Amino acid sequence: MREFLLGNEAIARGAWEAGVKFVSGYPGTPSTEIIETLATRYPETNPRWTANEKVAFEEGMGAAIGGLRTLVTMKHVGLNVAADAFMVFPYSGTNGGFVVISADDPGMHSSQNEQDNRYLARVAKVPVLEPSDAQECRDFMMAGLNLSEQFHSPVMLRTTTRLAHHKGLVEVGERTEVATREFNRDPQRFSVPIYRLLRRPEVEKTLTALAEYAETCPFNRIEEGRDNKIGVVTSGISYQYVKEVLPHVGVLRLGITYPLPANLLRDFCSKYETVYVIEEGEPFIEEFMRAAGIANITGKELFGVIGEYSPARLRKTLGMGNPPAPFTEGIKLIPRPPMFCIGCGHRTVFAALRQLRVTVSGDIGCYTMGALPPYEAEHTTFCMGASIGVAVGLEQAGHENTVAIIGDSTFVHAGIPPLIDAVYNKSRLTLIILDNSATGMTGSQPNPISGKDAMGEETPKLDLEALSRASGVQNVAVVDTWDRKEVVNVIRRAVSFKGPSVVIARGPCQQLPEIKRSLRIPFFIHEDLCTQCDACFKVWCPAITRTENNFPVIAANECTSCTVCAQVCPTDAIKLAEGFA
Amino acid sequence: MKIYSLMFAGVGGQGSLLIAELTSLAAVQAGYDTKQTEVHGVSQRGGSVETHVRFGEKIHSPIVTPGEAHAVVGLEKLEALRFAHFIDPQNGTILVNDYELVPASVLNAEKIYPHESIEFLKSKGLRVISLPASQTARDLGDARMANVVLLGALSNLLPIEREVWDKTLRLRIPAKYLEGNLQAFEAGAKEMTERMKAEA
Ligand SMILES: Cc1ncc(C[n+]2csc(CCOP(=O)(O)OP(=O)(O)O)c2C)c(N)n1
Repeated sequence: MREFLLGNEAIARGAWEAGVKFVSGYPGTPSTEIIETLATRYPETNPRWTANEKVAFEEGMGAAIGGLRTLVTMKHVGLNVAADAFMVFPYSGTNGGFVVISADDPGMHSSQNEQDNRYLARVAKVPVLEPSDAQECRDFMMAGLNLSEQFHSPVMLRTTTRLAHHKGLVEVGERTEVATREFNRDPQRFSVPIYRLLRRPEVEKTLTALAEYAETCPFNRIEEGRDNKIGVVTSGISYQYVKEVLPHVGVLRLGITYPLPANLLRDFCSKYETVYVIEEGEPFIEEFMRAAGIANITGKELFGVIGEYSPARLRKTLGMGNPPAPFTEGIKLIPRPPMFCIGCGHRTVFAALRQLRVTVSGDIGCYTMGALPPYEAEHTTFCMGASIGVAVGLEQAGHENTVAIIGDSTFVHAGIPPLIDAVYNKSRLTLIILDNSATGMTGSQPNPISGKDAMGEETPKLDLEALSRASGVQNVAVVDTWDRKEVVNVIRRAVSFKGPSVVIARGPCQQLPEIKRSLRIPFFIHEDLCTQCDACFKVWCPAITRTENNFPVIAANECTSCTVCAQVCPTDAIKLAEGFA
Repeated sequence: MKIYSLMFAGVGGQGSLLIAELTSLAAVQAGYDTKQTEVHGVSQRGGSVETHVRFGEKIHSPIVTPGEAHAVVGLEKLEALRFAHFIDPQNGTILVNDYELVPASVLNAEKIYPHESIEFLKSKGLRVISLPASQTARDLGDARMANVVLLGALSNLLPIEREVWDKTLRLRIPAKYLEGNLQAFEAGAKEMTERMKAEA
């Protein structure tokens, strides 16, 4: 049977077919749809969202050594968070098959950096599989579990944005149940550092065996070319661009990119005058080839390390034509940047921060948009959880009025140790937690604050107030995020408080399905009362536009009834619409 | 064999992804190898959304190359302009909804919005067909079906039989909205036929 699937859906399908019985992960573009698909279509795989990637990885390690076929998913930077566990797992090796997805994001479509995680795999000494289309996303997922069991090694399945987020036809099968493997308590294998010295040579042995395997394994494929002038070594989605732009050249498509097959590469390259190494990201394959003494290659000096590849880019690079650029001459092509949703509770907080003119140390989530016009009220953002530590450091550098701002999911993910530290080191930190009960930016997944798990089942809610107090914060305030004036007051008080403060700005994410479904009475602007002062436009709500007569008008079917525009209207011209029951 | 490359452009929430998906599924039903990919920024909310669809005997890249698209379908004028360079200037058709959505996140956008984009693209010698899809959809009872009106228009340009389109819509559109969407599709297809006749 063939299905038209997203790369991520194909991975989910492969995991299901291969009998996976435990899946953990933290949302992150472009990996998120794997667990979403498993949760909605394949609950037998027992998928869950965890507090962060390190927790996901560790739960996965436990499940795998306990004997289950296991999948752990995350975006590339997630693996940094899980790196501590990732680096030691190969020392014990796994019992049940273990695959970790590293979803890399060349072009930084939705990430804070470009990071090629094949390097992390090399540091950890973990084999890497790179599929080239949706079919292989499924196939490699399944084969990766076998490989993992065969070599007792965790396996990384590396995808990239284009692979994870493209759809293609996938031949699928049914699920095969796989028996849970026996787990023997074996401290020499799974425990304490002293035994690690014994395990160290095992890691090298496994790697050597994998390198041998890579020489002849079915993941790598040679396609003969028409002549021997140019050959191409490639991997991942780049393979598709090569087939498109250079359909007649010889290709070595590497499906396993760590460890790399030195002999296979040497043999292949010896048949061609010049070999292009076309790999998105860093020169990972290329560096290996150069170190292996292969000299007739051209790689990053021509194709570049920055950004996403495409057929257009390859054509241009190879002097095969210059695809047209957007029309910008003779017309003004204005941008359309993303913005806070209609009714988003983050708006009032950024309006307040702008008004209070404080320095704002930001974090990762929808609220990074607070750095952009019209708010421009977020002055640093680095990585998840950094808002708090950076604010403490800025305070030490004399910026006393620094406010840290973090989303609920990010707070749970990486904000708790730095909050405890801020109290411990006597900071006067003001921390705003934007509590919208969702991991908004990645598609409003549930998190420990939502009271729901990945399967939609009820689960205890984390109590942010109690947690803040238990950390030693005395000034803890909760505010309705749509109460404009109160938001300003509460933040102002927190900033002037002579000790650490936590402000919880609360109100659900407008993209949550239950919120979208709820019936709400829209607001309506009475033109007889409106003086066209434009105050409501300063709310920057996309549901408010202008009529031909220059009056503001609210799109009734889009208004979420957040009330903020009504609060700013000086003439009370904005009222609940009549005739809605 | 010929490869059909299509670009769908719109604003998050307008349903450009849905009609791209319907086109892909119809192409699959019609027996073509098909690939689709969506590009959007940090958060798709209210930002521009582009979806690429390619079908033919064998498809490698899911990404459409500028200058090769058989059709660019714009659900909004500014977005049509933004992705117009994807069109094959000799044989392609830009189908655009005669509808403006001023970006709320750009300061003074009302003043600098390029209202003349359709005339501009025509002046470049491109085949641009502008349809009042939002109006047509509103007349049929729901302005949100503008996307399916455009899909109906697009169907005239593709080698996919009408029965396949119908079947695809029936498979994918929830029962509650099906009848309206079938009408929207039909209206778009008819309008396009008339435009093409008028051109000839
Ligand atoms: C280490 C890491 N994991 C995952 C992500 C992907 N990601 C970006 S923002 C975000 C969470 C946003 O949720 P929240 O903090 O609650 O803020 P909201 O978007 O709801 O405002 C995630 C998971 C990331 N950037 N870095």
